[in-house]
Amino acid sequence: MVDRIAANATAYLLLARMWIRVSMSYRGSFVLLTVGQFLISGLDFVAVLIMFTNVDALGGFSLEEIAFLYGGSVLCLGFADLLLGNIERLGQRIRLGTLDAMMLRPVSVYVQICADEFALRRIGKVAQGALVFAWSVQALRINWTPARIAMVPYLLVFGTAIFLAIFTIGAAVQFWTAESTELANAFTYGGSTLAEFPMTIYPREAVKALTFVLPITFVNWYPSLFILDKPDPLHLPMGVQFAAPLAALVLCGIAAVVWRSGVRRYRSTGS
Amino acid sequence: MALITVDGVSRTFDVKKKVSRFRRTTITVQAVRELSFAIEAGEMVGYIGPNGAGKSTTIKMLTGILVPSAGTLRVAGHTPYAARTALARRIGVVFGQRTALWWDLPLQDSFELLRRIYRIPPSRYAANLATFTELLNLGDLLDIPVRQLSLGQRMRGDIAAALLHDPDVVYLDEPTIGLDIVSKSNLREFLRSTNRDRGVTVLLTTHDLDDIEQLCSRVMVIDFGRLIYDGPLEGLRALGESHRTLIVDLAEPSEPLRISGAETIRVEGPRQWLRFPAAASAAPLIAAVAAARPIADLAIVEPDIEDVIKQLYLRHSGP
Repeated sequence: MVDRIAANATAYLLLARMWIRVSMSYRGSFVLLTVGQFLISGLDFVAVLIMFTNVDALGGFSLEEIAFLYGGSVLCLGFADLLLGNIERLGQRIRLGTLDAMMLRPVSVYVQICADEFALRRIGKVAQGALVFAWSVQALRINWTPARIAMVPYLLVFGTAIFLAIFTIGAAVQFWTAESTELANAFTYGGSTLAEFPMTIYPREAVKALTFVLPITFVNWYPSLFILDKPDPLHLPMGVQFAAPLAALVLCGIAAVVWRSGVRRYRSTGS
Repeated sequence: MALITVDGVSRTFDVKKKVSRFRRTTITVQAVRELSFAIEAGEMVGYIGPNGAGKSTTIKMLTGILVPSAGTLRVAGHTPYAARTALARRIGVVFGQRTALWWDLPLQDSFELLRRIYRIPPSRYAANLATFTELLNLGDLLDIPVRQLSLGQRMRGDIAAALLHDPDVVYLDEPTIGLDIVSKSNLREFLRSTNRDRGVTVLLTTHDLDDIEQLCSRVMVIDFGRLIYDGPLEGLRALGESHRTLIVDLAEPSEPLRISGAETIRVEGPRQWLRFPAAASAAPLIAAVAAARPIADLAIVEPDIEDVIKQLYLRHSGP
């Protein structure tokens, strides 16, 4: 088991490094694309800045606090996108038959698909999220207790894991219906956009759905409430607010099951 | 025990078919039915059949990509679909129409990546790479990205890639498709020497019967998912109940010859084509023609394997 995980991780790094080298051989284009990703991603935040020239707070949150939420969401999505952003092209691989070539190699198909055409330029989005996040941290007067400090890596790790699982489930659906990329995007990119803003601006029922159905609130909302010392507007028990690891685990478990049954389906239909 | 055994293997596919605007029915298509054969280590077997006969389905099951609906398969001691990754180290696959190499990488880097993925020992890798570079003439191609290679060059690269990890079996799906005559002949020579010198078992599907004639001592013919012939190439010819053809150039044009034991199938000026059973001797026929008309020249044409197979397909037509 440990052997297999190590072998797959090695294979992932091997493939990713090779693609990085390929992209570096066109250095000019790599730089442009990375800067482009940074700027496109940044436009979102420019819109928030413009909004705040007219208002002082949104849903009870200041600009700096929203920047904290925004940065957390973009960072988690950015990491997930970087790690397996090409998985959404599964349907195309099935049609072109390139999935078969992957199945002939002695490495997990999932690892090969995630690492294939690894796009380091997506670091542009991560950098933009990191910048906004860093700015908000220094602008806010956060009372940094050890628990709050620990909450930052917790937010990033489990938030990324939640997005990884959603990406995987969205892609695996393509084993059944080839043209479902847009639907999957609605959950991943759509979900992260929702998480860029305080949940207080959404209807309560929507927030409940984003907690118990598609657990986007665990990505950055609850961890941020704790770090920023804000009350939970839904007044959920403390246990729920700290359930991000559980949510990530359950979602990753679902993703694994859906992915496996997708592969099983592919291997019994060949299409 | 044989290296590959296939025992009573069937594979059905459910295909959705539109019957009206809103209703769809599922029809079951039998891609492969009760296929059984065994291949010994070191054999080189031709696997032929018309498009859609079940060749690719068979290969997908042998590689473990596809799970059979019924029956058992064993390849190199593994059940392919249950031990896909373990088996992957023991087999090599070349799909002629698509590459297993990385499109944007120079050939050398693709090979290097395969070395790491298959964990090929460095000494084996160096030795194999040197051998294949020489035999497949890859020296000048190693630094070129795969997408810039010609079809023949890419095919050579793909074949080297499939053999780098010393597989026991290679499946070649139409390896000579689209190649020019010289490339074809070089590739065949390479396959022959690989099979002979390395003892690699080869299963080759093709539409080019020259491949079979020049490479394989054994042929399996599949049609409508059923194995309709499995045996030596010679037997396939005999099975075709075929005919030989005597082509005579007469001294001057004449009406079609009427000779017993032969049928005049074509007349073109002084040249006439006479078909006679493959088993019969040509000597009495030639004597009879010579007695009837003065002959300028003659030739005997052996049955074409392509015709034989065409007849075989026709005879088995219909599921």
